[in-house]
Amino acid sequence: MSERIREKLSILADAAKYDVSCASSGSNRKNNNGGVGDTGNGICHSYTEDGRCVSLLKILLTNFCIYDCKFCVSRKSNDVKRAAFTVEEVVSLTMNFYRRNYIEGLFLSSGIFKNADYTMERMLGIVKKLRLEEKFNGYIHLKTIPGASEALVTEAGLYADRMSINLEMPTEQGLQMVAPEKSHREVEKELNVVRNKSIEYNSERKLIKSVPKFVPAGQSTQMVIGATSENDKEILLTADRFYKDFSLKRVYYSGYIPINNDDKSLLPLIGTPPPVIRENRLYQTDWLMRFYGFSVHELVNDEHPDLDLDVDPKLSWALRNAHLFPVDINCADYKLILRVPGIGVRSAQKIVAARQFGKLHIYQIKKMGIAYNRAQHFIRCADSPFSLKNKNAAEIKQTILQEGQSKWVPKAPAQLSLF
Amino acid sequence: MISYIFDGSFYGLLTCIFESYERKHKQVKLCMEETFAAEMFGDAITVYTNKEKALRVWKGLNEKTDATHRQDFYTGWYADDIRAWQLMFDYALYIFDNVAGIDKNYGNDLVLGLSRIAKKVSRERHRMKAFIRFQKGANRLYHAVVNPDYNVLPLVAEHFQRRYADQPWVLYDERRHYGLYYDLKQVQEVIFEDAEANAIAVPEDVVLDDCESLYATLWKDYFNNTNVKERKNMKLHIQHVPKRYWRYLTEKQ
Repeated sequence: MSERIREKLSILADAAKYDVSCASSGSNRKNNNGGVGDTGNGICHSYTEDGRCVSLLKILLTNFCIYDCKFCVSRKSNDVKRAAFTVEEVVSLTMNFYRRNYIEGLFLSSGIFKNADYTMERMLGIVKKLRLEEKFNGYIHLKTIPGASEALVTEAGLYADRMSINLEMPTEQGLQMVAPEKSHREVEKELNVVRNKSIEYNSERKLIKSVPKFVPAGQSTQMVIGATSENDKEILLTADRFYKDFSLKRVYYSGYIPINNDDKSLLPLIGTPPPVIRENRLYQTDWLMRFYGFSVHELVNDEHPDLDLDVDPKLSWALRNAHLFPVDINCADYKLILRVPGIGVRSAQKIVAARQFGKLHIYQIKKMGIAYNRAQHFIRCADSPFSLKNKNAAEIKQTILQEGQSKWVPKAPAQLSLF
Repeated sequence: MISYIFDGSFYGLLTCIFESYERKHKQVKLCMEETFAAEMFGDAITVYTNKEKALRVWKGLNEKTDATHRQDFYTGWYADDIRAWQLMFDYALYIFDNVAGIDKNYGNDLVLGLSRIAKKVSRERHRMKAFIRFQKGANRLYHAVVNPDYNVLPLVAEHFQRRYADQPWVLYDERRHYGLYYDLKQVQEVIFEDAEANAIAVPEDVVLDDCESLYATLWKDYFNNTNVKERKNMKLHIQHVPKRYWRYLTEKQ
């Protein structure tokens, strides 16, 4: 008995790990019914050896699938072991892991068996059992199955904290190439169902307090990076559009990990390293768009369709717009300080709060936790030395690259042989 | 410079602040009862904790600082360290001697210092929420042993009480020899007799629930299978889960 469940868990956790969403924050479900669990800020309970956080029990209900998407490890034509959990198994794993403080909740996805509605119904069954029978108030992230009916998706939204459905590839053409059975239109349709219901429930709740929660932590989506040939501009424009049109909470970028040795698939072959730096730069840009007031066109455009890999996108933007700098820390607008490379949201807030009490000097700025090595080229403090010669962008970039050791570049051998 | 000897309690610290105004001492060195070594120069007085005086100071701080910094001050006390308390003492004097709102003057070392201390303690508190691993005993009691850098158990009590409202649990701080016990009604601080403490602190002595080892194994299986080998990055892994916590993590056994 225990051997079988161990095997199932291995297979179905392994198949689910390519979904990178790990958030357990943003919901407001509280333990009001004397049950178990609550949600709030989100907690990463552990980190795997690849450095990614583990906050939810991320599993597939089954890896049987009727589709044959080339990038997916569970595709019909792939020769892998198949397994399926029973409802009881998922429920007892979730409850027992949660009670031991291993996890924040459940992330449930599934291969599509029989048809979309049949699959969605099984997933909904699990979520309902957790909420209604086990009085589980922890976080539940439920994947929307493409093509599932509006009625099922709406009902699922009453029990899940977050729902998501993946775009898979950044453009429709890319998706057509690797997964002709899927389309962005279908994804948009499902996102719309949840978004509209969400608006409906929220406006009703303003009048009647007892209206139930509906997907309180919002929706997210995911794009695979580096499988097809889209450039960063195409990726980010898609992300930007989905943030705006569907009020998504997050867009995730997943560097493609080759699972295929069939060169007819047109995808990178096994052994190609995942594009981790590119993925990192995309996330940085995503943050700049959401929290730093940058518009997507400032960061990528026809002149710069791809992000710099050697410097972060904020620094890259600043170097391209050298005429806006240096910024005077003691009088510049908050929005402009936020745009200085090396200064984050918290430091910018501290600077603006502190300067009311007197001019800020270099030693004070340094202590506030900004990356002064980068920022120094773009700011002026009360005691910044006045320099007649302005460094040009290329010089600044060179200085910064020489000062810092990128964590991505392998370090030089520690000691050279004397002889 | 004069030394104040106090008992290391939160109210004790606030009483010291009160006394320094009463006695017009601006330069004060705080000392703990046990560790006080008579100073070669200067005087020392013993400050006896007084709740009334303490609450007056607390009220004053509330009037002059905003909610965030009030919380920082309270959290900071759990750093459980005389240097932190000294900074908090100096910070309080700085707040009282200046106009309201000065608690946002991050250009000042004391103001910045307090938010740093609070951040450190708060980070450890958050880690405890994440890294505590309960084991279920045969008596249905969920128990966990912890060893936090700062004395943060009281700061996570409410979190675990809300979360695990329907299961009795006990947390034991190995370093500070006390624990929290939730009996389905309330959380109490408990001091263990050595034998009792051993009973949960020494794994061999505990009678576990029949299913305990199965779920621990399943969790380890899950942990290993959700890892993407192609992206191995041990530096990042250790940065997120520092090695000193591994001893207490089921998945790292």
